[in-house]
Amino acid sequence: MLRLGENPWIRDTLQKTNVEVAIRVEDLCKVFGKIKAVDHLSFSVPGGTTCALLGANGAGKTTTLSMLLGLLLPTSGSIRILGVDMVRDRFDALPRMNFTSPYVDLPQRLSVFQNLDIYARLYGIRGPKQRILQLAEELQLTGFLKRPYGSLSAGQRTRVSLAKSLLNEPEVLLMDEPTASLDPASAETIRAYLREYQKHSGATVLLASHNMQEVERLCENVFIMKQGRIVDQGSPGLLLEKYGRETLEQVFIDISRDENPLP
Amino acid sequence: MKTHSLRIAGGLFASLGRIFALVRRYLYLLRNSWPRLLELAYWPVIQVVLWGLIDQFFTGHSDWLAQAAGMLIAAVLLWDVLFRAQLGVSIVFFEEMYSRNLGHLFVSPLRPHELVASLLFISLLRTLLGVGAAALLAIALYQFSIFDLGLPLLAFFSNLLVMGWAIGIFVVALVLRYGLGAEGLAWAIVFAFAPLSGIYYPISSLPAWGQAVAAWLPSSYVFEGMRGVMLREGFAYELFADAVRLNVLYLLVGALLFLLAFRAARSRDLLLHVGE
Repeated sequence: MLRLGENPWIRDTLQKTNVEVAIRVEDLCKVFGKIKAVDHLSFSVPGGTTCALLGANGAGKTTTLSMLLGLLLPTSGSIRILGVDMVRDRFDALPRMNFTSPYVDLPQRLSVFQNLDIYARLYGIRGPKQRILQLAEELQLTGFLKRPYGSLSAGQRTRVSLAKSLLNEPEVLLMDEPTASLDPASAETIRAYLREYQKHSGATVLLASHNMQEVERLCENVFIMKQGRIVDQGSPGLLLEKYGRETLEQVFIDISRDENPLP
Repeated sequence: MKTHSLRIAGGLFASLGRIFALVRRYLYLLRNSWPRLLELAYWPVIQVVLWGLIDQFFTGHSDWLAQAAGMLIAAVLLWDVLFRAQLGVSIVFFEEMYSRNLGHLFVSPLRPHELVASLLFISLLRTLLGVGAAALLAIALYQFSIFDLGLPLLAFFSNLLVMGWAIGIFVVALVLRYGLGAEGLAWAIVFAFAPLSGIYYPISSLPAWGQAVAAWLPSSYVFEGMRGVMLREGFAYELFADAVRLNVLYLLVGALLFLLAFRAARSRDLLLHVGE
């Protein structure tokens, strides 16, 4: 099993840039009855980087994200985000984090503005209207602000959800399949915005995905999960080189089928 | 790839097949959810018990209502305080579940006790609006004003409101733990308290076992107190104190169950996956 600090990209990033680890997960387990959804997982994400949990359906990505967010209690292990123990003191870190997922909705009958306004207030943002208008402009939502959230298309909803997740300018942003169910053009718009946001704000982004292109385009480091464990990790370039493949998709298929198992 | 031919039914048989496929789906839903099964027999049982007790009491006391005009209207209005207060907590929480919004809420800095506090506040508003409108209608239609009860009305209202809150929090805890299958309880659970709360008849008219249970219900003290005021026997402070004591207990138990259910939901990954 790979241990914390064995990933050369993480080691180099921490040394070169002198940044702190934003997310540190150690020996994390989640057991549901007889099923080990997450099995002794350890990884760390340096501050100001974009990393991905990559894996097939059921690999444990969403379960891991849920535990990072405090929505799910781990069976054992520890999670520290921005130095805060997320099992014991998550409310110290939650105001500095945010989350987006296509599988968690917003109230349908409320307008886009009303939804964003409520969350801006929950995060204690001063001048919520100004912040909402700024995000609406950046994410091309201005024309939809008065419309009920339930009347929007999947792409529009994803942009609203992203706006919600950026309301508090999070230092750590967790994203579950951020471009799921989007057409390629909309997905690329979202990715471009995310890249820009990350560069501009210096936020740490961890996304869970099984979209290889997305991971290749956005992420500096990838943790590949299978059956609740990290089976390999590294920068996309390093993984391609290691497996002698041209795309992450091919690497992913190799690992999924165990055709190219690594020690 | 192997090919094989499927025999597919058509016409009436196909239609019946589709109907019974859905019937089977609803039966599965019933079989897999004890609150839904319970609800099937719940209403008939409650109705028989409540109206049986009303029938028994009025058979022997046919002149009782003549002693205080509006006794039944006051009872119905106060009963609705309890019902609306409970619904105000549970239904508003269900709205978050219907909209699959809980995940966003619980990763925000919102703490569980802050969520509960907001539910209680909105419940108070909904109760004031709902029961207030009915009370005004009673004045217009029947020339009966519940506000004539004076200050004791505040004591009755606040006790029933708090009891409704406690039951509402309990229902929310059940739904967090067992999913929306327990949703029906939000509409039904308060009525389990109705026969033994003495809404329309004195507690003394209940059988011995009923009186023993009523002693543990804050609502029974409220309705006894209401009858005392309406029959010009004065406001019974000891009944008020008993109701407050029980309500404190109910609220503590409700809060404890909510925290346990919330912890169970966090442990079982239910916050993101609440469903039927």
